[in-house]
Amino acid sequence: MGSKTFNDIIRDRLDEVKRNNIIAKREEEEANKLNRIRKPTNLIFNFIFFLCSLACLIPVVFVFMISISSEQSLAKYGYRFIPKVFSSVSYRFLWNERDVIFNALGISTLVTAVGTLIGVILTTTMGYVLSRPVFKLKSFFTWMVFVPMIFNGGMVAQYVVNANMLKLKDTIWVLVLPLAVSSFNVIISKTFFKSTIPDSIVESAKIDGASQLNIFIRIVLPISKPVLATIALFLTFSYWNDWFQSSLYITNKKLISLQALLNNIMRNIEYIANNPDGGLSLQQYKTSMPSESVRMAIAIVIVVPIACVYPFFQKYFISGLTIGAVKG
Amino acid sequence: MFRKNEKKKIKRRRWTRDDTELALLGFPTFVWYVLFSYLPMFGLIIAFKNYKISAGRGFLYGLYQSAWVGLENFRFFVESNSFIMLLRNTILYNVVFIALGLVIPVTLAIMISQLYSKRRSKVYQTAMFFPHFMSWVVISYFVYAFLNPDKGVMNQILAYYGKDTIMWYSASKYWPFILIFMQVWKTVGYSMVVYLASITGIDGTLFEAAVIDGATKFQQARYITIPCVKPIMIMMFILSVGRIFYSDFGLFYQVTQRVPNSLYTTVSTFDTYIFSALQLNVPIGRTAAASMFQSVACCGTILIANWIVSKIDADSAII
Repeated sequence: MGSKTFNDIIRDRLDEVKRNNIIAKREEEEANKLNRIRKPTNLIFNFIFFLCSLACLIPVVFVFMISISSEQSLAKYGYRFIPKVFSSVSYRFLWNERDVIFNALGISTLVTAVGTLIGVILTTTMGYVLSRPVFKLKSFFTWMVFVPMIFNGGMVAQYVVNANMLKLKDTIWVLVLPLAVSSFNVIISKTFFKSTIPDSIVESAKIDGASQLNIFIRIVLPISKPVLATIALFLTFSYWNDWFQSSLYITNKKLISLQALLNNIMRNIEYIANNPDGGLSLQQYKTSMPSESVRMAIAIVIVVPIACVYPFFQKYFISGLTIGAVKG
Repeated sequence: MFRKNEKKKIKRRRWTRDDTELALLGFPTFVWYVLFSYLPMFGLIIAFKNYKISAGRGFLYGLYQSAWVGLENFRFFVESNSFIMLLRNTILYNVVFIALGLVIPVTLAIMISQLYSKRRSKVYQTAMFFPHFMSWVVISYFVYAFLNPDKGVMNQILAYYGKDTIMWYSASKYWPFILIFMQVWKTVGYSMVVYLASITGIDGTLFEAAVIDGATKFQQARYITIPCVKPIMIMMFILSVGRIFYSDFGLFYQVTQRVPNSLYTTVSTFDTYIFSALQLNVPIGRTAAASMFQSVACCGTILIANWIVSKIDADSAII
């Protein structure tokens, strides 16, 4: 024993701890095995969830299949899971109309990016302010955030204020600003700051002469990445998926977002057709367009970015939801 | 959602530099709340006025000049033919949504927490979470692919079995089921994951003790799991009861293809009514009255629901 160095002792200790952990885990697993559902039940449950998952995913696959069917086969056989005749005509059509599509995509992206940025700033600053234990206006601000959760002006009053008083109609800001803050998000960030930022850090920084803005930017934000990610994601999806603001306030074709475009062409497929190829009149062009598959193709253009991204960020969503559910 | 005793902790003290800095930090959000949250509340006075646009003048001038009509706009709305129908639809749909929104996700969450394979459970969660990330506009296209009268899957199946095809978008008797199905389809994965998060947070020793006492799986769910997720269920319940006069506008408007006339009495809710009134030239005061009715009624129900819950179980109330 005497010849062992300090490092050896430490290493032995660590090994022991590791071994104990493994044993404890195994014991827990054994205990869990005692308390498991029976094999057939497990199979049945798996089957049920498999069906539920299919029900959630199949519509997307189906719409994709329609979007790559040829217009004639759609007219003849209806919508089918496996198209009789494949065709990329709808995507080629969208490519021809790329002015409209890219403009809408640009608006969607711009609104999402700017809105998320503004929203995160407004939400987290208020969350931080509310999380400070001593602040003169704290109860005032708390009430200010809380009241809109149980009472709001309603659709019409909001419309009147945004359109007539703030003159936001047909501007990009009407898509951005009204959705930027929600009291739910403010409370999530407040709860997070309160539970993870030790007061002592803030106090010591204050003694060193840092202003609250400095503390917030230099100390609080860098250690709050999980909550920033959560709120940014909530906002990103709500901006990307928003069509309601557009349908209320936007008439200018230049400001149509992807969702609004999809919304408009549901009723009127010609909405998109204003770019006839040479030699065709507008009327001929409209009749020649693959209207059924084009509709579905635009839906796919909207869904694909979400479908690619959300599995990676799902855990932030869940953590945000559970933080939000904590009273505090 | 804040503790009541917090207010007492703040003692009288002088205004410090710290307070100024925090106030400045919160100022932009304060402005946002004033403009987009409190100004509309103030804007509700339009519901008590017979607002007329005065040409060439600002909106505020027009508002100031319009005559007060008291509760005339409300009377018009409540006495109109649509009111009872709207009230019935909105509340009935919401009652079904609230009931299913508690029962189905909790059941599924308990089931999914029992699966042997954790990896498979993750895959199922991810798949079922997917609809939550899609807008109703996109979903309305999915529904259209199934219900389209000539080409949709449903009618192809009906035709295959030799049945008469159905003009889905004008057959009102099917729509309550379709709407309920779509609502459950879109929200079930999301709520299931919320409940699952709180189920996995339950202390494992509780279940171990139950096993030693010989409890069956069903008894464990009944006496351990459900009481442990009850606070979240109650919170979800109060929040959804607080929105009982509102409806998910996208569901009722987009999925039905903009509320066709043949479906009007089956699928109209307050929100679709107000939205179409905004698009048409209905006097804005009347529309505002309908909208204010919603806000006030909801504020009332959320306070009552919370009061009842606080009487039964003070810890579960949210205010």
